[in-house]
Amino acid sequence: MDLTTIWAFIIAFAVFAYVVMDGFDLGIGILFPTFDPGRERDRAMNSIAPVWDGNETWLVLGGGGLFAAFPLAYAVVLPATYPLVIAMLLGLVFRGVAFEYRWRDPNHRRFWDFAFTGGSLVAAMAQGMTLGALLQGVEVVDRAYAGSWFDWLTPYTLLCGFGVVAGYALLGSTWLIWKLDGEGQAHARKLALRSALATVVLMGAVSLYNVFLNAEYAERWLTSPEIYFAAPVPILTALIAVSLVRAITRDRNSKPFWLSIALFFFGMAGLGVTMWPYVVPPDMTIWDAAAPERSQVFMLIGVAITMPLILAYTAWAYWVFRGKVGDEGYH
Amino acid sequence: MFEAFDALTLARIQFAFTVSFHFFFPAFSIGLASYLMVLEGLWLKTGKQLYLDLFKYWLKIFAIAFAMGVVSGIVMSYQFGTNWSVFSDVAGPVIGPLMAYEVLTAFFLEAGFLGVMLFGMNRVGKKLHFTATCMVALGTFVSAFWILSVNSWMQTPTGFEMGANGQYLPGESWWDIVFNPSFPYRLVHTVMAAYLTTAFVVGGVGAWHLLKDRANLHARKMFSMAMWMAAIVTPLQIFAGDLHGLNTLEHQPQKVMAMEGHFQSHPDGAPLILFGIPDSEAKTVRYAIEIPKASSLILKHDPDAPLAGLDTIPDDEEPPVGIVFWSFRIMVGIGFAMLGVGLWSLFARWRGKLYEWNWLHRAALVMAPSGFIAVLAGWITTEVGRQPYVIYGLLRTADAASPLDAPAVAASLLAFIVVYFTVFGIGVWYILRLMSHTPHVGELGVKRGDTGPIRTAGITPGPTQNPGHEGTLPDSEEDV
Repeated sequence: MDLTTIWAFIIAFAVFAYVVMDGFDLGIGILFPTFDPGRERDRAMNSIAPVWDGNETWLVLGGGGLFAAFPLAYAVVLPATYPLVIAMLLGLVFRGVAFEYRWRDPNHRRFWDFAFTGGSLVAAMAQGMTLGALLQGVEVVDRAYAGSWFDWLTPYTLLCGFGVVAGYALLGSTWLIWKLDGEGQAHARKLALRSALATVVLMGAVSLYNVFLNAEYAERWLTSPEIYFAAPVPILTALIAVSLVRAITRDRNSKPFWLSIALFFFGMAGLGVTMWPYVVPPDMTIWDAAAPERSQVFMLIGVAITMPLILAYTAWAYWVFRGKVGDEGYH
Repeated sequence: MFEAFDALTLARIQFAFTVSFHFFFPAFSIGLASYLMVLEGLWLKTGKQLYLDLFKYWLKIFAIAFAMGVVSGIVMSYQFGTNWSVFSDVAGPVIGPLMAYEVLTAFFLEAGFLGVMLFGMNRVGKKLHFTATCMVALGTFVSAFWILSVNSWMQTPTGFEMGANGQYLPGESWWDIVFNPSFPYRLVHTVMAAYLTTAFVVGGVGAWHLLKDRANLHARKMFSMAMWMAAIVTPLQIFAGDLHGLNTLEHQPQKVMAMEGHFQSHPDGAPLILFGIPDSEAKTVRYAIEIPKASSLILKHDPDAPLAGLDTIPDDEEPPVGIVFWSFRIMVGIGFAMLGVGLWSLFARWRGKLYEWNWLHRAALVMAPSGFIAVLAGWITTEVGRQPYVIYGLLRTADAASPLDAPAVAASLLAFIVVYFTVFGIGVWYILRLMSHTPHVGELGVKRGDTGPIRTAGITPGPTQNPGHEGTLPDSEEDV
């Protein structure tokens, strides 16, 4: 395995970590209006307040890592999806400050709750549409984006956007099943069931769209011998979806959350099969966009040393705030 | 609204706007994180409630400032790609890894421990909590280290090779890239600026509460600590700034020419222009008030040393003189005003009147936001002063932008302006409200949760949690 491939996997890992971790706190933002404005909202917020900042750092690693390891891809994708990226960033501004502001200003708490939801929804939608814009292909001429203003706005990108919104809602609601009890948990179960169905339907729709409307993608999924490697992905995804639905209705703790993460993992694996080895379909491979070897080696040393530490203290921070969120909040 | 501007100018305004706004928050949180570390350390060492109260008082303010820093910082990590894609493509192999190191060694450290620092006081032991505070403080410093290395490389690029595809590629040693010639000076100058910015905010808040009640022990402690910082760090900062200037003279002479307003060369000693109105068209400084030969004395340590002026630089390589000239004077002026307050406080302390002299407190109050203005002016000096280049001497700003049309950049710029002024304006208002609340015994930490009555101010503790005036001396009297 060469350095460029290793870096592709590192970036994929960062994106996956981001999607799962910020996914559940964005999901809680998306579902926030369905919670009772008093205790239920406070508890939902308390369950993510100590960790959201760490979760969002994976987005900076995804962006910063792409910049460092595949600078050409970074330089092409961001102008190509410019309005989406700006919308996502502004959405994240609103939802990020809402964590602090809603406690500082009870008179305007409803407004900051609205900002929390709006920001989360816009960010999730923009991220899904960015993924869609990438998958449908980006026009590149002379190392620069050469498409037009609204290439990122198609039925397909909208479908991907809704898929990510539903997926984040699933992560958020299963997180709440884990962190809440009593009525709050019962409410989270209802939300999780709906989100799970929506996620599975939209994932299926995106997959079918990929396979039937794009000749090259179809080839890697439907022809022999690739099909033997690719086929287990949808089959396992379907099995996980079934056990997820069972867990949502029965389990009181973390099982639904972990199964949601597994669902995302296989979704991501499916994306990997679809895109490989392109970082910017249809033409730019990871080797076309890769940074030189010296940059890759220098950063790999940093990742090898810091990543185990980051994972360790992140896990510790989650451990400190383990268990159900009580009424007392964190003082 | 922005019809008159082309896409490049709009992209430059957007970057200047978003980065200036962003830097206010780290400028404050770098210093405040360290201050919190000192307060908690003193509390652990002495066991005095006073330090814990101050820690919790400033922790609430830190939480808001840090949140604003995070969300405005995420914007910065994407601005390179959205608006400066050519720069990202060609410089990515060199500066991308430094920024990746910033994420790996600083952002995760801050974010990972922030939750415990803010909410974990009752969930982990005291020492572990102090460790979390230290890690957050360390993270803010490490972050400054890497991002200033990146900025410095763009000012004084070294250690790279040119690739056949037009990219700047790392040379044999990363050491030459990270520790490029201007980096050590910029790092020291910027980090001390952040400490001073925080010191003057803390001092201003202390002064405000002293003016209301000079016997308030909490206000006394924060004022005293801040004035020590002002008295000790300001002279060091002026010295570091001087060294940074000499380094700039060596590596980016036209920036210094613009700072000094030297349109012409001076073969036998250049004057120090104190004030005047630079006129780039006529290539002269109008109404100049100057000290003969003083500029040569400062920059060359010899009054008769020749100093080249902008007449030796081709017109299309000159930075805009007016902006650089003025922003530099604002920064230096504030630096000396800070020195004045620091010395005044030393004198007051020597006379035993540190908590008595109202005029000192008023001066400290006026100076409370001065650090932010000085820091912004300093950045404007150095960033405008390296124009027209984004990578000094190598890549012009005009050649670095994304292939975007003006309306797209204008729309996003407008959105940033509206959102930043609203959202961060409100955040600053919340911070000011927290600061106006008198520090007292039994300060609450960062408030969460849903117990107890919801109070209008959110941060004002109920009567049972604020039993009067333990925070003040028995003989306290209103002074103003």
